[in-house]
Amino acid sequence: MLRKGLALAALGLAFLAGPALAASHPKEPKDVHWSFEGPLGKFDKAQLQRGYKVYREVCSACHAMEQMSFRNLGQKGGPFYDPKYPNPNDNPYVKSLAKDIQVKDIDQDTGDVIQRPGTSADKFPAPFPNEPAARASNGGALPPDLSLIAKAREGGPAYVYSILTGYQNPPAGLTLTASQHYNPYFPGDLTSSWHGAAHHVPQGGAIGMPPPLAPGKVTFDDGKPSTIEQQGKDVAAFLMWAAEPKMEERKQFGLGAMVYLLIFSGLLWVSYRKIWKNIGH
Amino acid sequence: MSGHSTYEPKTGFERWLDSRLPIVRMAYDSVVAFPTPKNLNYWWTFGGILAFCLGMQIVTGIVLAMHYVPHVDYAFNSVERIMRDVNYGWLIRYVHANGASMFFIAVYIHMFRGLYYGSYKAPREVLWILGCVIYLLMMATAFMGYVLPWGQMSFHGAVVITNLFGALPVVGPSITTWLWGGFAVDDPTLNRFFSLHYLLPFMIAGVVGLHIWALHVPGNNNPTGVNVKSAQDTVPFHPYYTVKDGFAVSVFVLMFAVFVFYMPDALGHSDNYIKANPLVTPTHIVPEWYFLPFYAILRALPNKLAGVLAMFGAIASLFVLPWLDTSKVRSMRYRPTAKLYFFIFVLACIALGFCGAKLPDDPVIPGVTSFQLMDADLNSFVWLSRIAALYYFAYFWVITPLLGLTETPLPAPESISSPVLSHPATTPAGAVASPEKRG
Repeated sequence: MLRKGLALAALGLAFLAGPALAASHPKEPKDVHWSFEGPLGKFDKAQLQRGYKVYREVCSACHAMEQMSFRNLGQKGGPFYDPKYPNPNDNPYVKSLAKDIQVKDIDQDTGDVIQRPGTSADKFPAPFPNEPAARASNGGALPPDLSLIAKAREGGPAYVYSILTGYQNPPAGLTLTASQHYNPYFPGDLTSSWHGAAHHVPQGGAIGMPPPLAPGKVTFDDGKPSTIEQQGKDVAAFLMWAAEPKMEERKQFGLGAMVYLLIFSGLLWVSYRKIWKNIGH
Repeated sequence: MSGHSTYEPKTGFERWLDSRLPIVRMAYDSVVAFPTPKNLNYWWTFGGILAFCLGMQIVTGIVLAMHYVPHVDYAFNSVERIMRDVNYGWLIRYVHANGASMFFIAVYIHMFRGLYYGSYKAPREVLWILGCVIYLLMMATAFMGYVLPWGQMSFHGAVVITNLFGALPVVGPSITTWLWGGFAVDDPTLNRFFSLHYLLPFMIAGVVGLHIWALHVPGNNNPTGVNVKSAQDTVPFHPYYTVKDGFAVSVFVLMFAVFVFYMPDALGHSDNYIKANPLVTPTHIVPEWYFLPFYAILRALPNKLAGVLAMFGAIASLFVLPWLDTSKVRSMRYRPTAKLYFFIFVLACIALGFCGAKLPDDPVIPGVTSFQLMDADLNSFVWLSRIAALYYFAYFWVITPLLGLTETPLPAPESISSPVLSHPATTPAGAVASPEKRG
């Protein structure tokens, strides 16, 4: 009797340990279909190109990408990869993209800080010289580095997309300052700004970034309609690529490894059966 | 290493070497001729899997150390450089990072197997204790390794864990300062963690050597828990167990590869892709999954020192287990009552792991408020972890000692071979012919 009781109690405990949801948790990221999902998924090169344009023309005004160099854009699997140029530093398109951007350097004769056109070997320049400068220009908020953002947030690229396209007017009863913007996908606690019913604090948080995208804000070279959704999706895909540029190589390598291991395991299984054939065990 | 050596040097060189350094003899006796019970099931393959994991971690770790920079300003970026610019760096790092988790999956299965089949009982107490030492070293190594990428979870995890020592009376604060090499987790801490993270795996390898030595004196336990009685009960390790362990390792690597190639970050935490910032604390600091049960025990107690002592006590209980168990029957196959309590113990460990990942005050069943007892909300993860932790300790200190005295075990077979031989369905023709003469 006691034994059965204990067993049932333990079983009960195991079922109780489900996920918990508190009222102020942000909304789950939107369900997005990505070309790079699944074990065979690949990045959509045209999407990465559009996404880079969104980053360059919109996000880069405030967000750095310190892990990225222009050459990365032309490497295998990158948005502007050209098989004619196995060394991405030679890729003329990448070179021309870099040349349009001014980067900081030191004049070798005078030692002065100068600006010069970028080269493919240069890193993406940061928009602000340091953190206090970034905060001062952004109402106290710090625009995070975007190199790894698609891996550094729960939900990944879907989270990035949801934030960019998820801005809403604050619900009645939520008082935000001029530098705060309501976004139900942004993690935070709105309890202190909430004046409605105590148990119905709105989901999400107050984000310092004003809605960055607008219809037609970026002109896509391939003629894609420039909606907020399209811009958001493309830049999220670009940021996923930037966070995990070796994803395609990894999945490709993985396929070979899985096939190899399956065959190898099969052979070992057959050997095992053969060697143990006459052993009673 | 037990019994007489059957090695016969075949070449002139082997004879010459054998009378000077009998290293080939040692290898032959321990991995070729070593008599191994013939009834070991797949739970016994995890020893070989663990040896594979250790080798993999050391090889990938040595390569990573060639590219890694143990400095607070460069550590994070050097890891990203490995991921982006080092040839196959992504592969080496993902194998190493997921390899730690695989290592712990294997070690937990290995330990539960030892618990279930009574592998810690005489004459294998030293073998078991050496295993506990390896586990302790593994935990220290994994913890320090997780700090090295210097992400947000690395840094704040290091702060939480090193601060635990501060709970010790009188000496606590001095110990923490000594561990940090300063007054906060900073560059000296990262440097010494890197140094120790490189050292400890070789200490693990040394203790693994002792562990195998201690295994080869009494020989393997087996699913019946009955001692080996005759040569009929055993087969030579090679080729019987080299091929079986090899197959198991291969299947294990298949599972490992699914993580490495298709979900390399599934077992990590997204916050660790944010560079460490001492001024910004993550909303929810959690350790890696393999520490969650102990983290839950730590948080189950309202007093920090008590929590720390309980956490270390949970591991210490493992060390003394051989002397807490009063049952003479090794395998729980023949101990139905013990078996039941064992499975509840496994569930308690899993429940603790769940609790460790949750916020203590979050409700276990969302929306239910009817489990209020005075000012305690029993429907919370902290209370669930209290119940599970209580069971964890009761299992070692109350249930195990008492059961051995009160239970009535089922009859165990006379020998390893007898249950097999008495069962016609499992006895193919010729099974009685001495298998040790083959191969």
